[in-house]
Amino acid sequence: MMQARYTSTARALHWLATLLIFCGFGLGLFMTGLEFSPAKFRYYAWHKWIGITVFLLTAARLAWRAGHPAPPLPPAMPAWQVRASRVSHAALYALMLAIPLSGWIYSSSTGVSVVYLGLVALPDLVAKDRDTAKILLILHRTLNYTLAAVVSVHVAAALKHHFVDRDGVLARMLPGR
Amino acid sequence: MRLFGPFIPSLAMMLLASSSAGAQGVLIDKSEIRFLSRQMGVNVEGRFRKWKANVDFRPKDLAKSKAELEIDLGSIDLASEESETEIRRPRWFDTAKYPVATFQSTGMKDLGGERYEIAGTLTMKGTARDEIIPIEIKKDAAGNSVATGQFTIKRLEFKIGDGQWADPSVVADEVVVRVRMVLPRAG
Repeated sequence: MMQARYTSTARALHWLATLLIFCGFGLGLFMTGLEFSPAKFRYYAWHKWIGITVFLLTAARLAWRAGHPAPPLPPAMPAWQVRASRVSHAALYALMLAIPLSGWIYSSSTGVSVVYLGLVALPDLVAKDRDTAKILLILHRTLNYTLAAVVSVHVAAALKHHFVDRDGVLARMLPGR
Repeated sequence: MRLFGPFIPSLAMMLLASSSAGAQGVLIDKSEIRFLSRQMGVNVEGRFRKWKANVDFRPKDLAKSKAELEIDLGSIDLASEESETEIRRPRWFDTAKYPVATFQSTGMKDLGGERYEIAGTLTMKGTARDEIIPIEIKKDAAGNSVATGQFTIKRLEFKIGDGQWADPSVVADEVVVRVRMVLPRAG
């Protein structure tokens, strides 16, 4: 059965965000364990730039989505699954905004401003304070692990739709014509 | 004793001040030594928590004036404990071998309009270099003299951040040092 798909813009933004989130998440896990080195400094800067890019992409996706609603879900889908899909997508969007923000606030609290791409200085959101920084780092980490959990459900559900239900839900978001 | 307690510090200050024609000593709690270093394009501020100063500033007799600073390099306040530990290591300050940085003035110049230039020798990690610190003096509400000034040093000239850290695209060579010294009111 042929189904309406997401617009090519929505699909491009989705997969670009996927790539950046995986890079940013992986880099975050990797860089924190590194010994103090110039490379570590670079990775931290890149990690922040990736995060801010994800934030901007998410804002762009929400704006695009407001004018281009998501294609309908298959009518045969049980109501609880439709609800679960709504909730998990809302959580994904919220986390894609909250995680970069929490990282930005954390960076401010350590006394290191975020300068996007080394060009655009973002304002410090809080004053430098070591105790605040400790709490914000825990918050940033927790939000990231929450995202990892929701993304796992998101991927599992997509694969189930594709291989078990065979209802074309995944195809709505796959690249290509 | 209780009655006179609060007066003793101000009395001592008056005695101290009257013994010279200018401000002497530094109100450490009101003063600060900060610095800005550029890391990956980001200006990161830090400061020193512990330092000592011996300042005898006589605007009308600059030849007799002097400024001496001794900075406890291990007392540095940076973004994280991790970076504070790192900067004490041999490739940076090497605080085990060189615990302090010193500044010793060699001459002062009146530029007019409460602006002065203090020339002196900055010694850090076994390297001594002549530096010139331009300062400006203003009075605060309490009548103290507040001297503020900033100057730029090149960390690599002092071999601070050696080896892999020498790359100035990660940590810039230039470090801006900002000094604020509050000198008690004179008489």
